[in-house]
Amino acid sequence: MQRHRVLTTPVPLLALAIVAAALLLVPVGFVVWVAISEGWSQLSAQVFRPRVGELLANTLGLLVLAVPLCVAVGVGAAWTVERTALPGRKIWAIALASPLAMPAFVSGYGWISAVPSLQGLGGGVLIAVGAYYPLVYLPALATLRRLDPALEESARSLGLSPLATFWRVVLPQLRVAILGGGLVVALHLLAEYGAFALLRFDTFTTAIVSQFQSSFAGPAANALGVVLAALCLVLLVGEASARGRLRYARIGRGAARPAVPYRLGRAAIPVTAVLSGILILAVGIPGTSLLRWALRPEGWQSIHLLPALTQTLLLSGGGALAATVVALPCAWLSVRHPSRLARGIEGAMYLASSLPTIIVALALVTVTLRVVPGLYQTPATVIAAYVIVFLPRALVSLRSGLAQVPPRLEEAAQTLGRTRFAATVEVTAPLMASSFGAALALVGLGCANELTATLLLAPSGTRTLATQFWSETSNADFVAGAPYAIMLIVLSVPSVALLLADARRRSDR
Amino acid sequence: MPVTVPRRLAAASVLVIAALGLSACAGSTAPGASSSTDSSSLSGTSITVYNAQHEELTQAWADAFTKKTGIEVVLRNGSDSELGNQIVQEGSASPADVFLTENSPAMSLVENAGLLAPVDAATLANVPTQYRPASGDWTGIAARSTVMVYNPSLISSDQLPTSIMDLQKPEWKGRWAASPTGADFQAIVSAILQEKGEDATTAWLTAMKENASAYKGNSTVMKAVNAGEIPLGVIYHYYWFIDQAKTKENSANTKLAYFGAQDPGAFVSVSGGGVLASSKNAAAAQQFLAFITGPDGQQVLRDGTSFEYAIGSDVASNPALPPLSSLQPPAIDPSTLNSKKVTDLMTAAGLI
Repeated sequence: MQRHRVLTTPVPLLALAIVAAALLLVPVGFVVWVAISEGWSQLSAQVFRPRVGELLANTLGLLVLAVPLCVAVGVGAAWTVERTALPGRKIWAIALASPLAMPAFVSGYGWISAVPSLQGLGGGVLIAVGAYYPLVYLPALATLRRLDPALEESARSLGLSPLATFWRVVLPQLRVAILGGGLVVALHLLAEYGAFALLRFDTFTTAIVSQFQSSFAGPAANALGVVLAALCLVLLVGEASARGRLRYARIGRGAARPAVPYRLGRAAIPVTAVLSGILILAVGIPGTSLLRWALRPEGWQSIHLLPALTQTLLLSGGGALAATVVALPCAWLSVRHPSRLARGIEGAMYLASSLPTIIVALALVTVTLRVVPGLYQTPATVIAAYVIVFLPRALVSLRSGLAQVPPRLEEAAQTLGRTRFAATVEVTAPLMASSFGAALALVGLGCANELTATLLLAPSGTRTLATQFWSETSNADFVAGAPYAIMLIVLSVPSVALLLADARRRSDR
Repeated sequence: MPVTVPRRLAAASVLVIAALGLSACAGSTAPGASSSTDSSSLSGTSITVYNAQHEELTQAWADAFTKKTGIEVVLRNGSDSELGNQIVQEGSASPADVFLTENSPAMSLVENAGLLAPVDAATLANVPTQYRPASGDWTGIAARSTVMVYNPSLISSDQLPTSIMDLQKPEWKGRWAASPTGADFQAIVSAILQEKGEDATTAWLTAMKENASAYKGNSTVMKAVNAGEIPLGVIYHYYWFIDQAKTKENSANTKLAYFGAQDPGAFVSVSGGGVLASSKNAAAAQQFLAFITGPDGQQVLRDGTSFEYAIGSDVASNPALPPLSSLQPPAIDPSTLNSKKVTDLMTAAGLI
């Protein structure tokens, strides 16, 4: 791929990107402001108490158990469908990504109504692994497809067993995928509210919501938010330093051959059983109990169903458009005018979006109330929260789309008399259509499933699928909740299809 | 890392999302609730109710009210203390016209912040004095009683505690449940605080942290008792009656018992309603409160599915309920309950 440098960075673009990044950093600034304005003595009184110790133990316990399990399941599953001759492995490859279509709180609801005694750390880990292992599975799948099997074959020919080859050759090459996927899983675990609240498993996020329900945006909720943000920072720094600057890549030109799959022989039976078991736990059981409730007609007669769908579509459509528009200048800069500043802007955006949603919501409640009351409880604030939380989805799609459009085409258009702007609009934009589509879909579908920020920030009278589902299940009315859950799943399917298609195509390069 | 997407799928997504975006823009330019007030009638006005009461009940009130007056009602649903604190933080900029709670402490919180307008005298006249504060800044709209829900296969009726204070004894370790994060239970604690004082309450809460299983929500507590996970739960009465009237799915294996005898555990909690001093639709807001406490509104309590006690306009409660007069609650002035102190004590005890 050709890298093209234009000497002058367009200043308006840069200004736009800087303003966007600054706005996105409002929640980060809020956390810092709370930490400073509360002062150490206030903060330590709120933080150093047994309850916070419990929350820390729960939250860390969850991370320590669920992240490695997600990695093991995700990598194991990816390797199996990618490197073995498992019967029906193409179907397995799709099926194993399917838990992504079921939001964790829907899965929690399904489990809880099937096994009412499920609770605590055990229950939390079970549901978290079922819901989040695909976040490791997909990048691992993409990496495995791209890896040159020649290395593995050399290892085998030098006498390593298949297992040893996996440990000593394949796994190290998956390091980036594992660390990245593991980080995403960990951030999801820190941010998840609905599933753990249903399971009576208290993490920092559920405790912040409880405090919010007891005292609105009070000092106790804010102090817990500071601890949660600190945890999040530790994870980010930890992942970055563990990843280091290492990259694994083929040297020189040429394409990697597809790997020759291992024959499983009789082992195909236990392997199929294990994969089936994973799917039964992740989607089978919660899905069955969901269907059991959804088949009762009463739930579908609710007059709120259609308005909730409409409002969900409006809010998430707004979020998708806004995030794509905000991401565009930044994506443009980082591809066409890479510089330290551009990297800094991009990094700031990732940092902002890695904060758990509850903190973003708390920050926006306080800021809109005290600084810009005109925006308080407006759709604009909800959309702003969506942009902060889901921006990376748009950024990644746009950036990679743009990287595939050679700047030469635009230059050719300019030599033919088009202005720079006209050349961009007429030549580059159409070529990026598919990545615009991906950005809009991925962000929009994330917004549609969003619960915490929508609950706290939406205008009075707003009902989305997620908030309606939550309000019904909070009253233990599973029948009334089921239709919302079904619609949430249906809305998620396209985004899972996109992610899967992305993971499988990355191998083409 | 390049992302490529099947072209047709991408094109379809673009179309769908663009359509959504357009309709979003159209939606935001058409405000739903900005019509001018007709001087002769308030029909067509809209009021915003911060609603901590059960959504179903308030929606029934709102629908009946809109049908009668033409005044639109927009609900913002939340919990007592969340919405109470929210109004306090919003101050005079609050978008709320009316505040409805499940329990009185959150109402007092807003009253003490000086944010409530006096309730119309005619509305106050609907409600007996024991169900509203002397200040007249808000009024009771309904009532609920604390109950024990128990599973007879795990505990017999003669083994039940006679006072809620007994639950701090070691023999109750792991044997009772409640929903400490909810405003309902916090109101019960405020009754204990009022009746027994701070030291006794602290001791009781500390023991509760040790003894009780914490669930999220009264219905979940009842469900756990029903499933035999735990013998006893402390909840409000109507969760049980609602489930009994429906499928009994979460209560078929359980029974109710009342503490009675003026015990703090026999606390009858008053749900409150008030009009915000900052309301720009004060006349319509006052009408709403008058409607709720009037015969029409109270009949919703009697005939509907909320199973909360009617307290105003001499309307009888749902006949399925034991009469309010038979419950022997402690005499507690609803305006004296201290929610801030309760959340502080419960935070210190590690319960929330």
